[in-house]
Amino acid sequence: MTQIFQLYVFLLAGFVGFIIIQRVPPLLHTPLMSATNAISGISLVGALVAAGGKYGTLSTVLGVIAVVCATTNVVAGFLITDRMLAMFKKPEAKAEGGK
Amino acid sequence: MIALPLSVEAAAATTALGARDWVIQLAYLAASALFILGLRSLTKPADARLGMQQAAAGMLFAVIGTLLDANILTYQWILVGLVLGTALGYPMAMKIEMTSMPQFIAFSHAFGAMAATLVGIVEYRHLGGTMSTGVAAALSFEVLFGALTVTGSLMAFGKLQELITGRPITFKGQNAVNFLMMGVAAVCFVMVVLNPANTAAFYTMVALAFLLGVTMVLPIGGGDMPVVVSLLNSYAGLAASATGFAIGNNVLIIAGALEGAGGFILSILMSKAMNRSFANVLFGAFGSAPTASGGAKGPAKESKTISTEDAALQVAYAGSVVIVPGYGMAVAQAQHTCRELHELIQKKGGDVKYAIHPVAGRMPGHLNVILSEAGIDYGALLTDVDDANRILQTADVAIIIGANDIVNPDAEEDKASPLYGMPIFRPWTAKTVFVIKRGKGTGFSGVENPLFFRDNTLMLYGDAKGVLGNLIKEIKALDEGH
Repeated sequence: MTQIFQLYVFLLAGFVGFIIIQRVPPLLHTPLMSATNAISGISLVGALVAAGGKYGTLSTVLGVIAVVCATTNVVAGFLITDRMLAMFKKPEAKAEGGK
Repeated sequence: MIALPLSVEAAAATTALGARDWVIQLAYLAASALFILGLRSLTKPADARLGMQQAAAGMLFAVIGTLLDANILTYQWILVGLVLGTALGYPMAMKIEMTSMPQFIAFSHAFGAMAATLVGIVEYRHLGGTMSTGVAAALSFEVLFGALTVTGSLMAFGKLQELITGRPITFKGQNAVNFLMMGVAAVCFVMVVLNPANTAAFYTMVALAFLLGVTMVLPIGGGDMPVVVSLLNSYAGLAASATGFAIGNNVLIIAGALEGAGGFILSILMSKAMNRSFANVLFGAFGSAPTASGGAKGPAKESKTISTEDAALQVAYAGSVVIVPGYGMAVAQAQHTCRELHELIQKKGGDVKYAIHPVAGRMPGHLNVILSEAGIDYGALLTDVDDANRILQTADVAIIIGANDIVNPDAEEDKASPLYGMPIFRPWTAKTVFVIKRGKGTGFSGVENPLFFRDNTLMLYGDAKGVLGNLIKEIKALDEGH
């Protein structure tokens, strides 16, 4: 039964994603890609449990590597998105011709 | 005597867990909402930055929530991982140049997907044969998409960074080999789902997925990497979602689904803008043999060149200028010089706009970022092909900088051209067209461009940055001459 609920969540989130992302203007498609990339670093949540649970040495090692990878993804992803979005300058009020 | 305190303790633990679980779930709920709102903020350039900062806060909530999880018993290794990951990610994000954004995103995908794959393996080792069919299926999807994305992204990174040749690497029967590997992976998938204890099938599947990432991306040309990176974006999302199914975590399912949808939409948009079907990009190995169409169109025509002085004269007195940049502009690092020219024209009373094609650059919307970095406000960036074409009709001068296929009239006029049907700009509708180009080569598609031979087209050969610099010098000299 839980799996059915999970499918509902997946489906609905997918629809929301489709509807929202279709409305993102081409101007921001690159930041959009880095934003979704950053958000997919959410695997970090799974990695934390894998690294912190006592599932044996090998699992802990794999888990810690997963935490490193996911953290890199999250940190780099959000920072670069912010760096890019900070560059997009609002159009100045008209008539800047004669400065 | 012993049983009683134990059971009381257990009962206490369950209630404590209940409260703790609530906190964790609320943190996840907040994170999911902030992710969705963050993506929605990207529909308005003015709100985007704040929205994404809130999404980052959402990620922090999710992490803090997870750290409260009762399954986490030791924290020191987690701390090591978090510190190390931050130490790696921070300098990467701060140092990367905007021209290298596609490589960077591909690289970052590899990291995220690696995490998902490893989590899948740990989970599999932990649960072993005890898992349900549903969990086994989810875990299998997770490692399949994860592993495929890891190596696929690394290959895309290598191609974009030019560590590997951008040309498609092909051999005979390549698609057959790929399909065979996919088939075997699919069989392993079924075997794992039917019998989760079948470790051999599980690890064979992981290995095949890693291999497939390599063999599926290698035959795709460098010019098609935007589609590949978008598609891998989608796969990374699906891997994250599958992780959510496997460990029963909704925030993972939601975040993964959002990314899956986003990557999918972008790859479709990209394929359309490149006039290619999805299947053609993935299996076509386009560009390996330049399709020599339109070659037999009578005697080779000569394109006209113009001196910088004469070009400067026309640009200086133009009322309306439309610049059509391509990736060549970014390669030549000419965006800053371009802004100087832009300001100079504006000072003289002219209007400057940029026509940005969806596939200009190496990833969707890439040139918008590059021009924004140079300090050009987004009011000047025309990202809609139809809008740009309307403005081109009344423009005095169109300047093509390092672009080729996106201004090729064959896309509208020559049914035999591989570009036929691709939405393009019509710079020839402007009074005069200047084409700044390194040399007489063809574009990504290897197709000859008749625009260069039109009556109102004048060529300025040379490095984009140098040519623009000379134009600026000449325009300034005109003023001094007065």
